[in-house]
Amino acid sequence: MLNIKNLSKIYQSNKKKVQAVDNVSLQIDKGEIFGVIGYSGAGKSTFVRLINRLEEPTEGSITIHDQDITNMPQHLLRTKRQKIGMIFQHFNLLWSRTVLENISFPLEIAGISRKERKEKALELVELVGLTGKEDAYPSQLSGGQKQRVGIARALANDPEVLLCDEATSALDPETTDDILDLLVSINKKLGLTIILITHEMHVIQKICHRVAVMENGKVVELGDVLDVFVKPQSPTTKRFVQQLNPLEHEEGNLTSFINDREDNEVVKLHFIGKDASRALISEVIKSFDIEVNILQGSISPTQEGAYGTLFIEIHAEKDVLTKAIHFIEDAGVEVEVLKHA
Amino acid sequence: MLSELFPNVNIEDLWVATQETLYMTVIAVIGTLILGILLGLLLFLTERGNLWENTILNFITATVVNVFRAIPFIILILLLFPFTDFLIGTIRGWKAALPALIIGAAPFYARLVEIGLKEVDKGVIEAAKAMGAKTNTIIFKVLLPESMPALISGITVTAIALISYTAMAGIIGAGGLGDLAYMKGFQRRDFDVVLACTILIIIIVFIFQIIGDLLSKAIDKR
Repeated sequence: MLNIKNLSKIYQSNKKKVQAVDNVSLQIDKGEIFGVIGYSGAGKSTFVRLINRLEEPTEGSITIHDQDITNMPQHLLRTKRQKIGMIFQHFNLLWSRTVLENISFPLEIAGISRKERKEKALELVELVGLTGKEDAYPSQLSGGQKQRVGIARALANDPEVLLCDEATSALDPETTDDILDLLVSINKKLGLTIILITHEMHVIQKICHRVAVMENGKVVELGDVLDVFVKPQSPTTKRFVQQLNPLEHEEGNLTSFINDREDNEVVKLHFIGKDASRALISEVIKSFDIEVNILQGSISPTQEGAYGTLFIEIHAEKDVLTKAIHFIEDAGVEVEVLKHA
Repeated sequence: MLSELFPNVNIEDLWVATQETLYMTVIAVIGTLILGILLGLLLFLTERGNLWENTILNFITATVVNVFRAIPFIILILLLFPFTDFLIGTIRGWKAALPALIIGAAPFYARLVEIGLKEVDKGVIEAAKAMGAKTNTIIFKVLLPESMPALISGITVTAIALISYTAMAGIIGAGGLGDLAYMKGFQRRDFDVVLACTILIIIIVFIFQIIGDLLSKAIDKR
């Protein structure tokens, strides 16, 4: 539904030229939660603002439902923006308005009658779980509640897409999870497409279907969240994955277990999707009568299923050992035999 | 007892002068509020990177504001004599003081308005744009309501400056407490009249300050 082609943004100040977004092309499907992750200065905030033209693209095109946003005259763009919801890191609520009045604001802009505004706003208050807070002012709310108001406000005009600019970055971990759960439930309930910008891999892991990794304005990696997590390609992506799962990159701690003996191997197993929930290790021990020493492991849930990493040491005769490893591979688990570097 | 302390004060004169000062101040405050907010918005909106970015218009507005702020009020009244005569039909009485009062105070208030508008959260303006708001909507539903406490405390400060301007205008025949203090007090060496006028002006200043503080506090939900 959202098609971005060769999108670029260059900031020109005096003699300095800054390429904030560099030739980005991607498609986002209807109903998808699409994550964009990158360190600060990677261009992700600019990227999300190009989608509703809060920043004017230097080059390239954006189409939503086959409607070209990039060439739209201002008055049509304003109408279109009513169908592109946006939430922000610092919520950006009007302090002078109550919760209900804040949620009504986009409806006022769209020229909805007072009566309908109130009905719709009350409906949204319930949807985001703020019943009872209708007449509170933002200053009386916690960060999580403020973001709920932000979400309700963004949904007021029944948008086709919701842009989230670091929407959870100012919240504590627990509140972050609550807000992410709310986004997932809205995504499922309304079939709403969500584009989410973040620097936290945790956010991507928890709710996104697909992810693009940005660096220096370019998309350096793009794919299903699970694939990107299991097999990160670029160094930046690897660092993000590591941020979430420190085990992944602490193979160094295991060197003392690795030796050249033929009856002893240290292997790293990647469990993906539903394989992660199978009692595979115990099956292997029973079928081959081998000794398994579990060294370390972790498991992480994502929207597309869980993925896990497990380091084990297997003790057995060489041919049994080879068979056992084949058995594990046949079960759909990826096996990597660790050797001394 | 009052007649012992203020033997030369005519209560009726004092009452008329107080009313004239109040009329002058209130109408000048309303005029200043309107003109000042218009100028302040123009200063703010034409700034670089803002909604109506326009370097030339911004420069012209800023220059006009600075020039009128630089002219001492007593001289501004004299300069505006022909304009006042044309507009009001006379150069005497409290009504004749209004053009000078408003033109003297509005540029000052415009700068306070500009500061107030600059303090409005940029993110909120961005959010309104993202919702598809027109510039008009942003001005009337975001900028002005969100800067309201600053606009109110600004007009309070300006109103108090205006009260002292009315006293100056009084000296050249605009009526009010300044006029009374100068003509019936100072000129006749009846200093009790000067003192009585001073006390009344102080009371008026206090009332304006209290109203301003209460309003600003009531409206601030931050």
